[in-house]
Order: sequence, then C-alpha cells, then structure tokens
Amino acid sequence: MFEVNEGIIQVSYIIATILFILALGGLSNQETARRGNWYGIIGMAIALIATFVGDVTQHYEYLIVALLVGGTVGIIAARRVQMTQMPELVAILHSLVGLAAVAVGFANFMDPARLSHYLGVELTIHDIETYLGILIGAVTFSGSVIAFGKLSGRIGGKPLTLPGRHWLNLLLLIASFWFGYEFVVQSAAGGGMQPLIIMTVIALLFGIHMVMAIGGADMPVVVSMLNSYSGWAAAATGFMLGNDLLIVTGALVGSSGAILSYIMCRAMNRKFLSVIAGGFGTSEGTQVAGAEDQGEVAPIEAEETADLLTNAKEVMIIPGYGMAVAQAQHIVYEITKSLRAQGVNVRFGIHPVAGRMPGHMNVLLAEAKVPYDIVYEMDEINDDFPNIDVSIIIGANDIVNPSALTDPDGPIGGMPVLECWKGKVSIVLKRSMATGYAGVQNPLFFLDNTRMLFGDAGDTLDKVFKEL
Amino acid sequence: MRIGVPREIYTGEKRVATTPEVATQLIKLGFDVAVESNAGAAANYSDKAYEAVGCSVVGLDEIWNDSDIVLKVRGPDDEEAARLKSGQTLISFLYPAQNPDLLQKLTERGVTAMAMDSIPRISRAQKVDALSSMANIAGYRAVVEAAQHFGRFFTGQITAAGKVLPAKVLVIGAGVAGLAAIGAAKSMGAIVRSFDTRPEVKEQIESMDAEFLMLDFEDEDGSGEGGYAKVMSEEFIEAEMALFLEQAKEVDIIITTALIPGKPAPRLITAEMVEAMKDGSVIVDLAAEQGGNCELTEPEQVVTHHGVTIIGYTDMPSRLAAQSSQLYATNLRHLLTDLTPEKDGQIVVDMEDEVFRGATVCKDGETTWPPPAPKLSAAPPKKAAPAPAPVVKEEKKRSVAGPVIGMVVAGLALLGLGSVAPASFMNHFTVFVLACFVGYMVIWNVTAALHTPLMSVTNAISSIIIIGALLQISSDVPLIKWVAIGTVLITAVNIFGGFAVTRRMLEMFRK
Repeated sequence: MFEVNEGIIQVSYIIATILFILALGGLSNQETARRGNWYGIIGMAIALIATFVGDVTQHYEYLIVALLVGGTVGIIAARRVQMTQMPELVAILHSLVGLAAVAVGFANFMDPARLSHYLGVELTIHDIETYLGILIGAVTFSGSVIAFGKLSGRIGGKPLTLPGRHWLNLLLLIASFWFGYEFVVQSAAGGGMQPLIIMTVIALLFGIHMVMAIGGADMPVVVSMLNSYSGWAAAATGFMLGNDLLIVTGALVGSSGAILSYIMCRAMNRKFLSVIAGGFGTSEGTQVAGAEDQGEVAPIEAEETADLLTNAKEVMIIPGYGMAVAQAQHIVYEITKSLRAQGVNVRFGIHPVAGRMPGHMNVLLAEAKVPYDIVYEMDEINDDFPNIDVSIIIGANDIVNPSALTDPDGPIGGMPVLECWKGKVSIVLKRSMATGYAGVQNPLFFLDNTRMLFGDAGDTLDKVFKEL
Repeated sequence: MRIGVPREIYTGEKRVATTPEVATQLIKLGFDVAVESNAGAAANYSDKAYEAVGCSVVGLDEIWNDSDIVLKVRGPDDEEAARLKSGQTLISFLYPAQNPDLLQKLTERGVTAMAMDSIPRISRAQKVDALSSMANIAGYRAVVEAAQHFGRFFTGQITAAGKVLPAKVLVIGAGVAGLAAIGAAKSMGAIVRSFDTRPEVKEQIESMDAEFLMLDFEDEDGSGEGGYAKVMSEEFIEAEMALFLEQAKEVDIIITTALIPGKPAPRLITAEMVEAMKDGSVIVDLAAEQGGNCELTEPEQVVTHHGVTIIGYTDMPSRLAAQSSQLYATNLRHLLTDLTPEKDGQIVVDMEDEVFRGATVCKDGETTWPPPAPKLSAAPPKKAAPAPAPVVKEEKKRSVAGPVIGMVVAGLALLGLGSVAPASFMNHFTVFVLACFVGYMVIWNVTAALHTPLMSVTNAISSIIIIGALLQISSDVPLIKWVAIGTVLITAVNIFGGFAVTRRMLEMFRK
C-alpha cells in the first residue's frame, strides 16, 4: 500500500488526541455536545485509518469483516436499546473494553518478538505493564458483566455479603502481587504463561465479588467506577505497546470515570471505599430504630392531585428510579405540557444519584422530549422550594428524606437531599409504604403537608392526566 | 366506658365539652355518653339533639358518680373537684402551672387528669391542639368585637355621599390568634399590619396579604421552645416600643395577642400610646387574662380612655359558643380516638407516648407535671443546623494531614520509579500524568445532565484499545492473529455502538 512513515502516524495520533479532548470538552453543555460527539467520531476514524495504513501489513480481509460485523452489532444495539436500559448497555460495553484489554495483553505476551525487543529493566517494566493491563482489564470485564446482570435484573440487586469478604479481597490482592512477581521472574526465563493465567482468573473472581457486594442504588458509583477502570485498562495497554494515543485516551477516560465516581459518592455523602466495600445497611440497629411508628400518612386521589396541580403556580417534579421502572417519563411530560399550557410553571429537580447511572433521569426526560432548560440540578433549585406550591415525587425516596439533615448520625445523615418539604404540598407517588434503598423510614411521608398517592406511577399519572 | 359531660358552671361560660355530632363518633368508638341536662343549651345544643344521637341526658349527681371519663371545658372548681374520685379520668383545660392547688387536689383524689392546655406542640398532635383551635376563634372574635365598638367601616368605599377610608388594623403577635385576626380583618376590607418578634412568621403574615413590620435587629430571633416567643433584650424592646408609638398614631384598631409561656403578658401598649391614638379607636387585648398587653386593660371589662375603647374580654371563645364547642369537642374526640386503639370503649393512657405523657398532669395518685422537655421544636431545621457543624470541622482537620502524607508518599514513589525506569518509559509516563490532568480539567466542566452521554462517549473512546489489536493482527502466529481479530470485533461493537448511542441520546436533548 502507501508508504506512510512513523512521523505521519504520530501526527495523526496527536490530531486524534486533540479531537478526543474536544469531544469531552463539548459535553460541558447541550448545545456543543452534538459537535463534541462528532469530534470523537472523527478522532477515532483518523486514529484507525492511520494505524490501518501504517501498521497493518496483511490479513486485511479478516480485519474488515471483523469491523463490519462488530460495527453492525454495535449500531443495532444502539438503535434498539430503550432509554431505561441505558445503564445496562453502558455496563456491557465496559465489559467489552475490559475483555479487549485482556485479549491484547495476552496476544502481546505471546508475540515471540517480545524477548528480542526488550532487555533487562525494560523487559521487567514491559512485563509489569502487560500484567497490569490484563489485571485491570479482567476486573473491568467480570465486574461489568455482573453490573450488567444486576442492572438488567438477571441477578438480584441485593448486596451479597460473604462473611470475611474484606479478608477475601485482601487475600486476592496479595495473591495477585505474588503471581505478578512469579510472572516477571518466569517471563525473563522465557516462560510465565501459567502465573499470568492464574492471575487472570483471580482478577475475574475479584471483579465478580466486588460488584456482587454492592447494592442497587449504589450502581451509579459502580458504573462510573467501571467506566474509569476501562480507561485505566486502555492506558496500561498503551504503556505496554508504547503507544501514546492509548495512554492519553485511557488517562482521559480513567480520570473522567474517577471524577464521576467522586461526584456520585459526594451526592450520597459516602466514602468511595465504603461504597466499594459494599453491603450498605449492615448495621441493622439503625434500621429498626428508624422504623418506629411516625404517625399517619394522608392519602390522596388522582382527582384531588389534578386539582392541586391546576391551582398551583409553581410545580416541581422530582423523579427517581421508580419513574424509570414504571416507564412514566412520557406521561409525566404530557402532564407537564398540559400544565404549562395553563400557565403553571413546571420544573424538574434532579438529584445527582437519582436512578442507576449518573445522568440517568436527564436521559429519560430527554427521551420524553422534556426541554432541558426546565430540568434543573439539585443545587440550582434547592433554594426555590419555599416558593413551590406542589412538588411531585415520582418513585424516589432517600433523595427526599429530611432525616438526612435532621439526623446526622443516621445511615443517610449528611447526604444532600431535595428539600421538597419546604414547599406548600408534596405529593409522593409510591407503590407502598416500603422503605427506600437505605432502609431508612422517610419522615417526609408523615408530614402534614405531604400527600401519598399510592399505586403504579404510570397508571396513577394517567389518571391524573385525564383529570386535568 | 362511660363518658360524662357536665354543664359548665363557671359564670358566663357558654361552651360545652361535646356536641351531638361528636357524641355520635364517641359512641362509635364504643363509649356510652351521658350529658347533663341543659349542658349544651347556652351553645344552642338542646337535650333533644343529644338524645336523638343516642346520648343519655341525666342529672348532675349521676354524671359525677357514674362516669369513668369526665369531659369538661374549664377546669373543675372546688366543689366539682370534690366530686371526682379515684379511677376516674378528667379531660379539660387545667393550666397546672397557674393552679397548683387544683393539681394537688386532683392528685390526692387519685384521678387521672389530662390537661388540654398541656398537649405538646408537635405536628402529630395538631388535631388535638385545643389551644390553637380556641386561639383561632379568639382571633376572629377579637375582630368582631373591634368592629362592634368601632364607629366606622373596615373597608374603604367611594360612594355618592363621599369617600370612606379603609380602617387600619395593627395585629401584634402573629400566632394562631393573630393570624386568625389578620384573616378576619383582611376579609372585612381593612388594611392590616402585623408585628412579631419571631422573624420566621414573616412569610405567614405576608401569605395572609398583610404587611409585616420589621425591626432591624439581625441577631435577635424571638423564637423560643415549642414555637412560642421568648423574652427579648432591652434594646430590642426599646426599638419595638418606638415602633408601636408611631403606629399608634396611624392605626384605628390594635389587636394584641402577645404571650410568653409561663410569664405575665408583656406590656406593649403604654398609656402614652393609647393617648396618641385617634378618638374612636379600639384596642382588643387578647392577653387580658395574663395581665394584658395594654397598660390600661381591665380584664373582662370594656373601658374607655381618652376616647379609645379598650376591650379586655377573657372569654372570646365562649362568645362564639357553638363554634368553639364544636372545635373543642372534635379535639377531645381525636384525643379519645388515640386513647382507644382497640375502638372498644376502653381507654389506655400510654405514658410512653409523647402526646399523652405531655397532657397527663396526674395519674394514680402521683403528680406527673411538668413532663420532660419536648423533643421537637416547631422549627426543626434550625436545631439541625448547628449539629452538623462539628462534623465538618473534624473532617477538615483530618484533611490537612492526609493529602500531605499522600503527596510525600506519591512523590517518593515517583522518585523511586524515575531512578530505575528507562527514559522511554518516563516519556510515556509524562504523557500519562499530563493526560490525567487534562482529563480532570475537562470533565469538571461537564454538566450533570450529560453524565450518561459522557459515559457512553468515553466508553466509545476507550475502545481506542483497538489500535493494540490492529498492531497485532498482521502477526504470522495464527493464535495471535485470531485473538486480534476477536478483539477488533468486540471493540468495533463498542466504537460504533458507543458513538451511535451517544448521538441518539444527544439528539433527544432539545430546548
């Protein structure tokens, strides 16, 4: 084919890197986000073409078939996926990155040119890079598969808490270190496949165990953490191959995921380590204390709800995971449209950890064509609640729990929450009086200005809409 | 159990502790209800009406001798107290702080006495809160009394015979009574202003469409325990008095409702202020029973000073007897409902319950008043605010040492790495660290609404790992070739799927 020298490939990689950074930068607001996505696509295309032209010397047919088949599968999956299933899709895509990192690592290790290419310390470092790349890749892979299973309901959402699970994790960690040492020693002598495979199995088990121990509502942290790992896996692979494009991209993705995890943890006022260590609500004592009788709740019917809404001036809608489950986002928007047409100012308040993935609620509302300029973040609208006439809480619980503020020692103490009780009336849509994920009773339900609208959110909102 | 409702014997007291309507509900709870003959007459509830719903109408002695529970409005006088006996339960207003002798007498007789005035002010007990329902009536009636003695309209009018200015009403103390007075005066068309030492009631006053008179005292907040007001500092009172004097010159009607629990009513309206008012003005002093907010108030009397009528009635609720009987009876009914969990006509006074504990002043020959301090104030967020503060401080302290140690360790680790690693590795490492920082800077700008697209696009981008597979696919080793082909396949899923789904999502975000 063409004669392409190393310099041109490097320049292409630099261009691709810049485009990737622009792609992430574009997501800072909705207007530039679409352009950002195109930057990403172009960057990826440039990187692929440069490598294709510069480094691939044979087996073009296989390469093209694999690209076509994979690409088709990917595009079909992207078209078919329901917006409520986005967390699952993201999780399964993460697992593919992890798997790819493992595969590239093994293939690289099997390359006979390796031993002649690297010498002494360089070989040691190269082996450590390979080892790390496979380790992170394997944890990402198995962890993401479990996360996918949990998010799609194939595996129960309850945290699995094995006795002595922290010791088990520590043991697995020490074992990986030991086999890493073995691998480096044996690799220098020409072997090393055996410890590498054992380590891979350990890493897979570690990934499974880690995610199994984490419960449903902590999933935003897990998904963003796996996002971060997939980046680090790519970066480690980049070190292994001596490829700066991979290193930069991996680092970008890795830090992106890390920041998301941090934002999610802060939104729950929990330490990252305690989320990852899993098993929320293990202190049973607090649960029992919170479950004491707090008085009576005031139920309400759809008719009266519609009445309250039409007579309100300011309405705040607070969606939670329950809205996703009930697929209620479309009817929510119908109600919003109808109310806005009557001059009611309807807005949406989104808690950072509502749903199962960062930004989950925003995507659902966007799918239902809710204009994004009436969708607000918690920090933007929390001070407005005293002016709100009616707040509707759809399938959310812990994120509107006043005890997060009044009971600093409780399980969710100190977590920032949407202070809807400061408004005139809060209407809570709920199936039953069950507690939220944190297992804490919600005093909001018993307040004088709270009304409970029991039933499936989709059905009840349908009724409310008819009454409007 | 049998409930007995005697006729109120206090002079001028027209209320009655149950109405026919409420008696129906009590009977449903499994109680027998006996009413003394003519008990409701003054409140326009006839004996016939009680009989019609299944109450027995009986004589004085039967009521006191045969009842297990005695419901009253006013606390018993000496004679009535002497009729009570061990095992009986008395529910009425008792004011144990003001009536220690009565409390002792009831204790000695072994009566279980519940004071409607001692119900704790918590959300759950609002339906039992008779003080609030009576205060509401008093506030309304205060406006009616003022209108009665005021020689002009409340509302402004422009008539063929000339212009009528609206009356100006000042309501001091925006508690339940104050707010009721504001509402009543407002609905009659007056211009209403209101003053309170507790800044948090500003919104409530403004929600009634009245004007809140503000004092510029930033630091001082008059909110005491349980949502009541507390005693203020001297400077504050001075400024307050100046404000009142100025208002007195302007307004036509002053309604005072200022009370501080357990203390005589604060003196707010001096003789000087009364004299400053226009002739024909009216002052209604709802605190007359506790000594009055106005210096010249005479309890239970209407007096005129300098052409200003000062109303000191202490029986405002009784002056709306039918209404206040109905609300009070309903408060009692709510209490009895809570006391009868099995709905079998047997009351259980659970002293663990905050409401019952607060109301019960004596039980089984022991005085149980005053109760332990209430757990909740009416303004809970305020109490919560100081609590988290120490936690924050603690974290800050820790965070000083943490990063320093972390940075030192990281620095040493980097130095160690640099001392052994070859130059090529350090070049890549430099790129890596810089990229992490770029990523850190860029990602913080991403709006929270786009976190899901961010994840799908980073996912697509991280599939750049395909480059590794492309470098390997041309290998002559079949196993490597096939692994590489597999890798290309799965990363292709990711690249195309990731970008496509991101695009699809971003298309949905519309203004």
